[in-house]
Amino acid sequence: MSEAVTPLNGARYEGLAIIADAGLSGMITLRGDLSSKEVKAAVKQAVGLGIPAQRQALTGQATAVLWMSPDELLLICAYDGVAETIAALEEALKGQHFLAHNVSDARAYLHVSGAGARETLAKLCPVDLAPHAFTPGMVRRTRLAQIPAAFWLEDRGVFHLICFRSVADYAFTLLKTAALPGGEVGVYR
Amino acid sequence: MLILTCPCCGTTGEETEFHQGGEAHLVRHGPGSTDDDFHTYMFARENPKGAHFERWRHNYGCGKWFIMARDTVTLEVYGTYPAQTHEPPQHIRERVTAKRPGWTWRDVA
Amino acid sequence: MSTRLATGGRLLDRSRRCDFTFNGRRMQGHPGDTLASALLANGQMMVGRSFKYHRPRGIVASGAEEPNALVGLGEGARFEPNQRATTTELFDGLTCVSQNHWPSLDFDIGAVNTAVARFLPAGFYYKMFIHPRPFWKHVYEPFIRQSAGLGRASNPGDPDRYEHFHFFCDVAVIGGGVAGLQAALTAAEAGAKVLLMEQTAHWGGRAPVDGGDIDGQPVADWIAATLARLQAMPNVTLRNRCMGAGVYDHGYALGYERVADHTPGTDAPRHRLWRIRAGQIVTATGAIERPLSFAGNDIPGVMLAGAVRDYAVDYGVSIGDRTVVVTNNDDAYRTAITLKKLGLDIPVILDARQSGGGALADEARGMGIRVESGKGIAKVKGGRRVTGVAICAQAGEGAALEEIACDAVAMSGGWSPVVHLWSHCGGKLIWDEARAHFRPDPANPPRGAQGEAFVVPAGAANGAGDLASVVADAHAAGQAAARATGHKPRGKAPEAGTSPEAAMEPVWLMPQGAGVKLRMKAWLDYQNDVKVSDVQLAAREGYESVEHAKRYTTLGMATDQGKLSNINGLAILSDALNQPIPQTGTTTFRPPYTPISFSAIAGAARGPLFQPVRKTPMHSWHEANGADFEPVGQWRRPYCYPRGEEGRVEAVAREIRQTRQSLGLLDASTLGKIIVKGPDAGRFLDMLYTNMMSTLRPGKCRYGLMCNENGFLMDDGVVARLDEDTFLCHTTTGGAEAIHGHMEDWLQCEWWDWKVYTANVTEQYAQVGVAGPNSRKVLQKLTGDDISAEALPFMGWSEITVAGIAARVFRISFAGELSFELSVPASHGRALWEALLEAGEEFGVMPYGTEAMHVMRAEKGFIMIGDETDGTVIPQDLGLDWAISKKKADYIGKRAQERSHMADPSRWKLVGLETLDGSTLPDGAYATAAGHNANGQRHVQGRVTSTYHSPTLGRGIAMGLVLHGPDRMGEVLDFPKLDGGIVKARIVDPVFYDKDGEKQNV
Repeated sequence: MSEAVTPLNGARYEGLAIIADAGLSGMITLRGDLSSKEVKAAVKQAVGLGIPAQRQALTGQATAVLWMSPDELLLICAYDGVAETIAALEEALKGQHFLAHNVSDARAYLHVSGAGARETLAKLCPVDLAPHAFTPGMVRRTRLAQIPAAFWLEDRGVFHLICFRSVADYAFTLLKTAALPGGEVGVYR
Repeated sequence: MLILTCPCCGTTGEETEFHQGGEAHLVRHGPGSTDDDFHTYMFARENPKGAHFERWRHNYGCGKWFIMARDTVTLEVYGTYPAQTHEPPQHIRERVTAKRPGWTWRDVA
Repeated sequence: MSTRLATGGRLLDRSRRCDFTFNGRRMQGHPGDTLASALLANGQMMVGRSFKYHRPRGIVASGAEEPNALVGLGEGARFEPNQRATTTELFDGLTCVSQNHWPSLDFDIGAVNTAVARFLPAGFYYKMFIHPRPFWKHVYEPFIRQSAGLGRASNPGDPDRYEHFHFFCDVAVIGGGVAGLQAALTAAEAGAKVLLMEQTAHWGGRAPVDGGDIDGQPVADWIAATLARLQAMPNVTLRNRCMGAGVYDHGYALGYERVADHTPGTDAPRHRLWRIRAGQIVTATGAIERPLSFAGNDIPGVMLAGAVRDYAVDYGVSIGDRTVVVTNNDDAYRTAITLKKLGLDIPVILDARQSGGGALADEARGMGIRVESGKGIAKVKGGRRVTGVAICAQAGEGAALEEIACDAVAMSGGWSPVVHLWSHCGGKLIWDEARAHFRPDPANPPRGAQGEAFVVPAGAANGAGDLASVVADAHAAGQAAARATGHKPRGKAPEAGTSPEAAMEPVWLMPQGAGVKLRMKAWLDYQNDVKVSDVQLAAREGYESVEHAKRYTTLGMATDQGKLSNINGLAILSDALNQPIPQTGTTTFRPPYTPISFSAIAGAARGPLFQPVRKTPMHSWHEANGADFEPVGQWRRPYCYPRGEEGRVEAVAREIRQTRQSLGLLDASTLGKIIVKGPDAGRFLDMLYTNMMSTLRPGKCRYGLMCNENGFLMDDGVVARLDEDTFLCHTTTGGAEAIHGHMEDWLQCEWWDWKVYTANVTEQYAQVGVAGPNSRKVLQKLTGDDISAEALPFMGWSEITVAGIAARVFRISFAGELSFELSVPASHGRALWEALLEAGEEFGVMPYGTEAMHVMRAEKGFIMIGDETDGTVIPQDLGLDWAISKKKADYIGKRAQERSHMADPSRWKLVGLETLDGSTLPDGAYATAAGHNANGQRHVQGRVTSTYHSPTLGRGIAMGLVLHGPDRMGEVLDFPKLDGGIVKARIVDPVFYDKDGEKQNV
């Protein structure tokens, strides 16, 4: 089988923030009744994590679960482990009404980190990125300039950002432009 | 530019993250309905000066539809509630009444 | 002549020099200068010519309200017209030119207009150019275009960078004067998150010019101390060179930060647009001084009294050696006193008030200045420069009592609060009779999302007068804003000195009985050349509404939006209409406060980021192989792949021939793909599509049509049933997001009890159409799976492995040939594409683009959403009745299609069209019918929806909608062309190629 290629193919830029292709990652959309014990058990079995609270992310060892909507989660796992994870979900949810689908290839996945990460995102998204307002564990689905995107903040201060694969170049160029030296706003202290 | 709070995911965001979808609480008339009923369903819309009930979708966010009660004159938001609602909830009506005594909207008051 | 004084200039760094040029003349200034102060320091009083009469005009003001001093700034790609010299910071190397004159500022041909001004009154253009009608296009419009416009547009290709920034705070304070600083401090000390913006480079506003004490400190020291306190607070963000441009719904505000205007060539973005969402907005925007309306009040050297003082104190610049001060209030006395202390001559202070001034007047007299009460200016003498004034009794008609030589006039008609930002979002105003100005009406503030007041005016912007009341009012505003955002304000307002002043008296015309000759030289709007007489004429001619009078006279319509002229103008209008000023009201204040750059509004959205470009996983291959792209929605798709010297037409023909004869590849990744899953999925799709989907068996595909509730066709595509519960719906390229939204709309808002989940997986897959007689052969080279006609029949699908990649293969065809559509994870898309190209080499494989796809589908008579449909076409119009289930009780659009007009047999229906001469019909051409309609236009009986040259058939083919078309096979219709000729075309079956579908079903 051929080598899977991410849309950004390893792109990286270091300016006020570091913008980097996060590489291949397994992503599964899971829709179902998030309050049911079956879904809870299935997620636990598939990625070893619980159901996150509204607009939160739970992160484990190389896995994560993101709350995307009242009936939708995004499960993150190894790229090569998607088929196995979906099979586990399907097995655990047999007889339930749910939808689990591989979306690993549908996304561009970036890391935005460094001192200017918050300001870089605040130039493009109508979101309060002040440190007291956007805290680790939060997930925000929003508008990144003219495209839909979602990002979440992990404990070490790295923003994980996903958008559709087709606009990977647009998103990368946007973030890079926002992080060009000289553009420091200097408001988060 | 309005601020909206999505009742489905709890996000408070600006108008650009949402999409307006026309009047709320329409009752669908399908095959078998009279021309008048279908016409009303399809084309007759309120044009209130005051409280209005509109469908909005959180399309840059959780993707869910909801209903917002909004004042077309002052832009005051009387509240948002899930789309799976047949008529404006009581607490929203009370908020409208507090600001606009004697208001009506279709057959709601 | 204006000049730099030997000392003074609190904002200047006299130790350093800035070289700049004005109209090519070299000049010098200092860091801290504005362009205006530097021009004045170099004796350049006259800076431009007026818009209509081309009169010489000088600098009138010292801030954002300046109407005259507009220059073209910079050079080349950085050239920008209409930049206000008073708000442009001087930097070394600045270049600028004056505007609106030809051939030169000093000698201008257009100035002849001023000689005939009597014949160019308000509304002249409206009256003159309306008749005769035919003159408009070729005579009047070119003439007006020639003389219209202020400044010239800059060159394309702005080399600078611009950006947006989203900021959230409890309290945004607009204006960094004493009021803004105090309001910000009060709110911040209460714990609110505060943003304080100041449009200039300096904090403290005009207070240091006038002096006074706050908390026992000189005001300048208090400003420095307060600024330091604010800077030390973590909950405060301070921004100078950042103008509050507009206030909008629900606490939204725009800040226009001129990050690098004063430091060109650095790597910083030039402008930054702050998109602010604040709980409360404090407008501490100060006040603007009003001119007085007397004859010759536009001659260079006539300046606002406060501005004369600003230039002296802030920049060490004197406007003239002998300055006559004319006023209706006490404040202008400060100018006289300031100038006198600097050793300059004040021949006279003319105070229009019969009772004269208060303590400040006594102080002036004590310094030996002559003060005349009840007097005014009859007329200013001079042309390009003030040479003197004729003084008169304010109560009279302008008989000159005395002529006084002078080279400057400092005028003050009172102060108007800057209520713009208060008013932008609906704040109402009240007329303050005592101070003769409009100020914010506290009972009618702008209201936010909860119905709460969200704008608080502070200080002079709220009508406060002296320093003590400004500080007290600002403290109260800061408290109110803090409280409204859930904080507990503490502390008292600082004590500040008061300075009792005698009451001002409104003076709208000087002298009050001025005759028409004087009124025709008494300017209201400097930039647009509107005089007192023009507004009076508008009132006489029936333009009684202030909004009508504004548009008729153009009062307040220039780039300064009437900051100086509006109040004076509407006072004149009120007088002419014999009604009180509040009854006349103001025109609407609209954002931005002063013009902001288009580039700042665009932000990052320019060049490659102008809008998102969507790329398929194979995009890089297309690029590397010379694809000629076309936009399809936001996607870029190859239109064709020209080889060598080939043009588009040849490339498309070659791609079609090769596909029909052997093998072609289409990148179909852009097609929408939506998973619909659940026990009610079949029932749901039966409602969504016009045909029956619930009966589709797993492993099979079915073409379906989707209508909106209005009955009109909105999308089409192939549905594959993946398993009992799961369907995969293909949509058009442009339709994926909209159709997914449409599905979710019905599921969430109408049938919310149905058990169906959807997922838009369009971008998960790369999709390749493999078409042509050799398509099975090439696939067989790459897979061990059975893809024979028996195992995988037409309109079937299965899962196979191709080139080592897990794939779904669909036996569907849009080209009308034996075809396989392969769907693989997007990350493997390019690998699959290249494997197919390699394996197909022996068959002469060719990638084909969207145009070849379009032509081939038209040869087959397949419709295309957006060509055959335009939002008014129903499936029945297109002869697609076979795809409309008769068995279903309901589907979206069914009821609408039963309406009488939809069922009308005279709706135009789809047919094929074949030109008699083999040419290609023009796209969109109409077929004419006998007779004319009421407008004298030809009757029509049909139109072309798709038209191509078919290389397969060697002739033009087309589809169109024609009245009773299917019943008129063989008839010939006339299609007029744009060049006047007519193309004759015969009505034929829309399927031009392989009518029985034998080629695709093998």
